Amino acid sequence: MAAVTLLDARGLVRHFDGLKAVDGVDFDLAPGEVHALIGPNGAGKTTFVGLLSGRVAAQAGTIRFAGEDITRLPAHRRVRRGIAYTFQITSVYARLSLAENVGLAVQSRGGDRRREVPEALARVGLEGEAGTLAGRLSYGHQRLLEVAMGLALHPRLLILDEPTQGLAEGEIAAFKELVAGLAPATTVLLIEHNMDVVMDLAQRITVLNFGKVLARGSPQEIRADRAVQAAYLGD
Amino acid sequence: MSDTGRILSLHLAVLAALLGLHFVAPPYHHANLARVMVLAVYAMGYNIAFGYTGLLSLGHALFFAAGLYGTGLTIQLAGWPAGPALITGLLAGAAVAGGLGLLALRTAGVSFMIVTLMFAQAGYLTILYFTGYTRGEEGFVLPAAARSIGGLDPTGEAARYLLALALFAVALAVNLGLVRSGLGRVMVAIRENEERSRMLGYDPFRVKLAALAISGLYAGAAGAAWGWLFGYVGAGFATIQYSILPLLYVLLGGAGTVLGPFLGALAMFYLIDIASGLTDAYLMVVGVALVVLVLFAPKGILGSLRERWLRWLP
Repeated sequence: MAAVTLLDARGLVRHFDGLKAVDGVDFDLAPGEVHALIGPNGAGKTTFVGLLSGRVAAQAGTIRFAGEDITRLPAHRRVRRGIAYTFQITSVYARLSLAENVGLAVQSRGGDRRREVPEALARVGLEGEAGTLAGRLSYGHQRLLEVAMGLALHPRLLILDEPTQGLAEGEIAAFKELVAGLAPATTVLLIEHNMDVVMDLAQRITVLNFGKVLARGSPQEIRADRAVQAAYLGD
Repeated sequence: MSDTGRILSLHLAVLAALLGLHFVAPPYHHANLARVMVLAVYAMGYNIAFGYTGLLSLGHALFFAAGLYGTGLTIQLAGWPAGPALITGLLAGAAVAGGLGLLALRTAGVSFMIVTLMFAQAGYLTILYFTGYTRGEEGFVLPAAARSIGGLDPTGEAARYLLALALFAVALAVNLGLVRSGLGRVMVAIRENEERSRMLGYDPFRVKLAALAISGLYAGAAGAAWGWLFGYVGAGFATIQYSILPLLYVLLGGAGTVLGPFLGALAMFYLIDIASGLTDAYLMVVGVALVVLVLFAPKGILGSLRERWLRWLP
């Protein structure tokens, strides 16, 4: 039987000294959905997805992924179970070639490097640059490389932390098409500031503010929500 | 020619040249080269941890000494035949490195340097503390009879050179295989970006521990071979100087290159040799050479060559 929820988090808490970065958040993801996480700067979005990916340890609460408790699992083992994370601040192997960057992702799940590396690069439109050192790429292309590495992991859940930051208009359009094509095999959790991207891609949106869930619902519901407008969309 | 073809040809050519030198090198240089090859194995091991995985250890003398004493003491005190004693030595290097790694790899960067330094210092003092068994600084000589393995006698100059070359060749081949393997690529990935590697599903601790244990195996093999080939075991090899030497060899030859450690060991050996013939202040010459290196070729000899012309160099 397929799980009704792919990911189910209950009562997640992470405080940094006095700062309540994440303060009792309940959250779930349906398999195959594109879910956007929005909120003002400092709302706790990156910390929250850090709890899901295992980069940040939860102080309270539980996380279940595909029916199993992963709350105490270290980050690298969550990746092996199918949770991939692309960094907010681009993190690639700058001194290695694009092919080697993606190859490390393919190797991680025991894939065939020779076949899958060109495929993964082609998916983000970087197929002509396989031999280029990643550090020589423009910032936008480095972000696309990160997405390619995430995809090469064949994740069940792909967490994208502000993926369109630094991309040109045309690249954003191509990126939207790419993400829209991932469903239903891959569930996507997207942190994003570009509202056009969020409204076009997401089936559901969760709004965080001061470490708590302010609202959640469909794009239409979020657009209509007064509290969200006051906190975030109002400007 | 493909990259793999070039790489194999280059490394085989180096081995062939060393074999050729066995027949033509004057006795003095012949004896030096045997020593350089064993030291190069030590440096290759250091390079696996430092050059490829990014672990700057200041305690590798402990692993070299584990090999040296693992072989020397089992022959001297337990009366073991040389064969099992040699294997004990190299395994001792790996085991000590693995054990140290379990503790020291909880730290990184400068802390890791200090922790490895302290462990190695503790090891050195332990050797001195048990001077009754180890003969301390003075050391002991392994008798020729106890060193032969089934008629294979390592005491002659010719045999010594060829055995050192055999060890060097095996170490080089394994090193080449390692850096072109999946583990080798992940080691480099950890060096380049640990957090990214973790988020690709690799466990940095395990990869670093594996690299350190392999590094210790090399150091242990070099230490064991040193005792066996040259017949002397002493606490001088456990001092900080012997932790720094492989670092210098690797920096000089090129960190993260397979042939760099050999080239560095060779260059440093002869630099010291020539400088000490000219002046008593030969260490000053070495120091100046290192300063020049760091200023003008911080990636070492082969590292610089790779950057400019030989991108295929492993």
